[in-house]
Amino acid sequence: MKIAVASGKGGTGKTTFSVALVLANRDRARIVDCDVEEPNAHLFLGGPEPVVETVRASIPVVDGDLCTACGACVDFCQYNALALAGSGGLLVFPELCHDCGGCIRICPNNALTEGPVSRGTIETKIIGGDLELVTGRLEVGSPSAPTVIRAAIARAPLLERETTILDAPPGTACSFAACMLAADHCLLVTDPTPFGLHDLALAIEAIREMSKPFSVVINRSLGPDDLASVFCRDQGYAVAMRIAESREIAQACSQGKTLLDAIPGIGQDLRDLLDAILETRATEVSG
Amino acid sequence: MKIAFPVAGSDLSAVLDARFGRAQRFLIVDSDNDTFELLENGSNVDASQGAGIQSAQLVIASGAKALVSSHCGPKAFKVFQVAGIPVLQAPVASIAQLLAKFKAGELEAMTGPDNAGHMG
Repeated sequence: MKIAVASGKGGTGKTTFSVALVLANRDRARIVDCDVEEPNAHLFLGGPEPVVETVRASIPVVDGDLCTACGACVDFCQYNALALAGSGGLLVFPELCHDCGGCIRICPNNALTEGPVSRGTIETKIIGGDLELVTGRLEVGSPSAPTVIRAAIARAPLLERETTILDAPPGTACSFAACMLAADHCLLVTDPTPFGLHDLALAIEAIREMSKPFSVVINRSLGPDDLASVFCRDQGYAVAMRIAESREIAQACSQGKTLLDAIPGIGQDLRDLLDAILETRATEVSG
Repeated sequence: MKIAFPVAGSDLSAVLDARFGRAQRFLIVDSDNDTFELLENGSNVDASQGAGIQSAQLVIASGAKALVSSHCGPKAFKVFQVAGIPVLQAPVASIAQLLAKFKAGELEAMTGPDNAGHMG
């Protein structure tokens, strides 16, 4: 069971929530930090130095003897990563390539083969002997966040846990989609601001395209009648949890502490929340 | 000899467009008889990335043997370099003025890109 914690708007509390969720369920959950452009779950979870692996991707390599400069690959590439330079032949720009492999498949002369290039790293560690953290980290200058996200999610688990929590990147573009496509359930964290609400609506629209079940976590809630609560009520969206606006939480986070430190009793709520998602999932699968 | 100029206008009175990859169109001028044709830059104006690369290919495919431009980024420059087509650097002025400068041999070929390139 994979549960993605996503938002749309940045800064709503995805990592704050993901970290608390995995800490409260550390006997049955692991966490993958999929915000590969700036992963930060490790800042709150600490632990030993990670084991680092390189994420490689396949970019096209041209065989000049086989290439007839027909341009089929150039026309195909949506990212302009290939170019015909007149009599100079075919050029590849690895920094624009999104590793889709399409050009290699469509080349009528088999002139393109896969060559490896580094896109980033996966850092794995076990904290306190029982909590596994996998961190995807995109190489600076690399265009291909989804490649690193998919590799981090696919990393073979070190600990046997029934649930994997995916701390998703913000936005609703390719990185977000790469994460959501792997998820069985999405928890959408929002804040009760017009901006938060606007992006929550975008995230829900994207998730519905993927037919994924979701529920909403309202962070910094101002009560049962705040903007986000009213929105969810009107639209019929399930609210999985509400975390009240509080100075104590802000202070704790700024000191590298977690929600479990700041709110007594939230650990049980987070266990109940995971129970509820797992039960719903079991019903869906058997039904 | 055909020469390409990025422009927003549509004849020899047009002014050189300071942008290359995202120029509206290219004026392809035959310096032997001052005739010209217009080459629309199409979807490259709004390309999410690689506009310079696409525009360079368009210019090369037009049969132009030189590009006159205010600027040229690293990726487009590489395409021109491999294709053996010089990029002649010029100030923003009318195409008629620049054509005269070209004929007088006053435009110099760039030896490398003059900006760091843009992503997106």
